[in-house]
Amino acid sequence: MLKVNDIDVYYGNIQALKGISLEVNEGEIVTLIGANGAGKSTLLKTISGLLKPKRGSIEYLGSAIDGKAAQSIVKAGISHVPEGRRVFANMTVEENLELGAYLRNDRDGIKKDMAHVYELFPRLLERRKQLSGTLSGGEQQMVAMGRALMAKPKLIIMDEPSMGLAPLMVKNIFNIIEMVNKEGTTVLLVEQNANMALSVAHRAYVLETGKIVLSGTAKELQESDEVRAAYLGGL
Amino acid sequence: MEWIQQLVNGISLGSIYALIALGYTMVYGIIKLINFAHGDVFMLGAFIGFFAIARWEMNVFLALILAMALCAIIGVIIERVAYKRLRNATRIAALITAIGVSLLIEYTVIFFRGASPAAYPTVFETSNFEILGVKISTQSILILSVSIFLMVLLQFIVHKTKIGKAMRAVSHDADAAKLMGINVDNTISATFAIGSALAGAAGVIFGIYYTRIDPLMGVLPGIKAFIAAVLGGIGIIPGAMVGGLVLGVVETIVSALGYSLWRDAAAFVILILILIIRPSGIFGKNAREKV
Ligand SMILES: Nc1ncnc2c1ncn2[C@@H]1O[C@H](COP(=O)(O)OP(=O)(O)O)[C@@H](O)[C@H]1O
Ligand SMILES: [Mg+2]
Repeated sequence: MLKVNDIDVYYGNIQALKGISLEVNEGEIVTLIGANGAGKSTLLKTISGLLKPKRGSIEYLGSAIDGKAAQSIVKAGISHVPEGRRVFANMTVEENLELGAYLRNDRDGIKKDMAHVYELFPRLLERRKQLSGTLSGGEQQMVAMGRALMAKPKLIIMDEPSMGLAPLMVKNIFNIIEMVNKEGTTVLLVEQNANMALSVAHRAYVLETGKIVLSGTAKELQESDEVRAAYLGGL
Repeated sequence: MEWIQQLVNGISLGSIYALIALGYTMVYGIIKLINFAHGDVFMLGAFIGFFAIARWEMNVFLALILAMALCAIIGVIIERVAYKRLRNATRIAALITAIGVSLLIEYTVIFFRGASPAAYPTVFETSNFEILGVKISTQSILILSVSIFLMVLLQFIVHKTKIGKAMRAVSHDADAAKLMGINVDNTISATFAIGSALAGAAGVIFGIYYTRIDPLMGVLPGIKAFIAAVLGGIGIIPGAMVGGLVLGVVETIVSALGYSLWRDAAAFVILILILIIRPSGIFGKNAREKV
């Protein structure tokens, strides 16, 4: 479904990604783990068109999307839940969800999907008229995920959805990620919480200072000594 | 009773400031640029209205709409030609460019028609009517109605339409807006179009009310509208409306008290006070800048 081929990405003169290749197949949850500053967010931003690779290509459903504008990538069916949630704090929960459906014109479909998002996140239904800036971190994460789902994506890419959340909320968020995947949305998940990420993912990649250093099934990585030592707290 | 009349005058003047201030504040909200050429778009609006009414003998309302439409186009051109390439430049570079655009517009107009003022044609018989002993001119009422209508329309656009929601989203977080599929360039153009149209309307209204227009007429109202935007909290739409009205009323009161020479100074005193006491403005949350 998504094929990243040997991309280099720079911030000015600083190279953040060095020859990254990665693949996500339809129906999978693929996770990308790595320490702070490894380049995880940079990779997701490049996929969603906020950054352009200097070299290499990105293929989605058979056509090249590298260098395309972010809005055409959303239109093609990739939704990005950004790091730090980035909800529109001065707008209500419902307005945030509506913006998620910005490129859609099918009123009935939008209505249906909004109802579905409220089903996934009943908390948001209670707070739909509340300004999203006044919500808790976990609730804002729900808004960010709900907003991305409103675009009706085929592939959803999420950047550290569990960051800064209480353990119970983390569990809740991961449950929903699995649920969304079971409903047919492919997931590319960036996490520092490697434990949780590997427990829901089918396959995984490990990123270190701009390079993929390890990849395999989630199970393989859970059992690998390197990963256990570096990312699973030596469990 | 005379006070009430003065208040009506102040509100009329203030609503002109408010209309101009809205463009400042919307543009600032979305690209963090103080568009110093905005006062000159106001001037162009006044001249477009002048030609439409005096030369082409158009109806006032058609003239108003024409001025708004042409100013919208001019605003978009200014953004695309001068500001777009400076989005990632330093603020000072953008500011200097804005001043450059302002001078370019002023002296282009002077080049083509000279610097002499023009007298706006009379479009309404200046009649007064009395309510409870207060004399109010029909013009004041007209100005107020048009201004209020435009402000309500703006609120509707910003809060209820797709483009309005896109404008709010981009001004809050442009990258997050891109991830929603919002075309940021088009949204910024729309913001310039709407802000410039309001300035154009203010220009026509100003011409009708004060009857004298000239190529440099945008300078002082432009600065005052900017002060009004800062007073209300720059980047905040209701702030610009309230800031404009407050400024207009204060200026009129200062004149009415017999200090008319100090009228312009009042605006600057307000600016200094607000910068000292509450730099984020009446409606501003501290250190947050939002539409
Ligand atoms: N806007 C930026 N400008 C310059 N360097 C950046 C920028 N964003 C990230 N970087 C650098 O790129 C590298 C990768 O960052 P990032 O992708 O955010 O890592 P991660 O998401 O894995 O924590 C880091 O060294 C970081 O300092
Ligand atoms: Mg990151």
